[in-house]
Amino acid sequence: MTDTVLSIRNLTAFYGDFQALFGVDLTLQRGQALAIIGANGAGKSTLMRAITGILPSPAEAILLNDRPIGALSAPEVLEVGISMVPEGRRLFPSLTVEENILIGAHSRTGNGYWTLEAIYDLFPILKERRHNPGTALSGGQQQMVAIGRALMSNPDVLLCDEISLGLAPVIIRDIYASFPRIRESGASVIVVEQDIGQALKVADHVCCMMEGRITLSGAPEELSRDAIHDAYFGVSA
Amino acid sequence: MIWVDTIVQGILLGGLYALFAAGLSLVFGIMRLVNLAHGDLIVLAAFLILTVVNLLGLSPFVAVLIAAPVMFAVGWALQTYVLNRVLGDDILPPLLVTFGLSVVIQNGLLEGFSADSQKLSAGPIEAASLPLGPITVGVMPLLTLISAVAVIFALNQLFYRTKLGRAFRATSDDAVTAGLMGIRPRNVFAIATGIAMVVATIAALYLGIRANFDPSIGPARLIYAFEAVIIGGLGSLWGTLAGGILIGVAQALGAAVNPEWQILAGHIAFVLVLLIRPRGLFPRAND
Repeated sequence: MTDTVLSIRNLTAFYGDFQALFGVDLTLQRGQALAIIGANGAGKSTLMRAITGILPSPAEAILLNDRPIGALSAPEVLEVGISMVPEGRRLFPSLTVEENILIGAHSRTGNGYWTLEAIYDLFPILKERRHNPGTALSGGQQQMVAIGRALMSNPDVLLCDEISLGLAPVIIRDIYASFPRIRESGASVIVVEQDIGQALKVADHVCCMMEGRITLSGAPEELSRDAIHDAYFGVSA
Repeated sequence: MIWVDTIVQGILLGGLYALFAAGLSLVFGIMRLVNLAHGDLIVLAAFLILTVVNLLGLSPFVAVLIAAPVMFAVGWALQTYVLNRVLGDDILPPLLVTFGLSVVIQNGLLEGFSADSQKLSAGPIEAASLPLGPITVGVMPLLTLISAVAVIFALNQLFYRTKLGRAFRATSDDAVTAGLMGIRPRNVFAIATGIAMVVATIAALYLGIRANFDPSIGPARLIYAFEAVIIGGLGSLWGTLAGGILIGVAQALGAAVNPEWQILAGHIAFVLVLLIRPRGLFPRAND
């Protein structure tokens, strides 16, 4: 097995006749945290939807541990080891906080690092609120539930789609404080962010997307402010 | 005292309506599907019980144990091979398909069993009664209500205490996100319809013992069931029980005033509830 956990090769995606992704190439190394930045409509969320199987893709366009998974459905993608914290959290309003977390383990068969207790240890406030409806919590706490829910399947790859959207900076800091422990658990992480500063802080590698293409890729320390600006907005600073 | 007796008889009758409605409520609650063939599927189950009784010489109460798993399979297959194909954002295709199914079941039963009225015979228990203080209640109606409460209780336990129930509720909330959790919504729907058909079989048992049935009576059962679900609040199982009882009591009171008013009184109660509480008595908060 190589050190590459997730590999995307020449991925295209369509919404009807509208092409949203144009030949995207991406590699995620084991244990890496990769940030994908880009403006609204750049194709970041489409890329997440393609990886998780919500949008159909050619089988060979997405490889997980060298296995083609592009043609799998969303439940199958979860079972092979990719889970997602969806944009807007998407908690289930009929379920309590604890049920929302537990449902992340719906199709899990074996044991693993992440258990209900481990999630409560990561986000202690959730234990106090475990009997509340998931949607009765604050935005930040809901995001913690969504992250806990995604971890419960013990994924090889955790996708986080815009987890800082609409949250106060202090809450965002608290949520990202959980990332070192998530990476310790063995999960590689892809973070989709509009907040460039946050992305550069949390990631080992950054890709910038614009209009369905990756326009820049590199380690945060290698990327100049101007290069990111150009790749993000498509114009020179 | 006659009014107390009337209301008690109405409550007991409501148990039967709640049984008609519980399967409908379950399916609607999970997949927002209004199954217009639900009444006909109850009648189908009644004929299935009758067939088992005739072939094996069993009591209907034993025959239902054979019919229920068969009806589960019917429900599962119906959902997997027919209804899952038409479920989507547009509510019209499932309505049309279940309407067509209703016609097909009625005509199929007519072909197979003729238009003759049939009845399930439960023996002496049908005429048995219990003194309950100043009034007397029939054992069968009492058993029907107890069964309705037990079915609703069991469905609630399933919904709120099991992993499957969690998957039911999550899928009902948001099928796409449920897919991200490894839940296969179509499988969940198939199991739900299977369970609804088991409940329909229990309803069929009491329907067949209480009164005559023939292939054409399904749609009228559907109306009572539908009214019970709407009165209770869409997707609320205890609400469905309350809705069934409300219709039962209204019908009993209507009949006490004038026997011709029985059915009408039930429908008037339904319209009144809709006027006062358009979302039903116990609507789900997130609908």
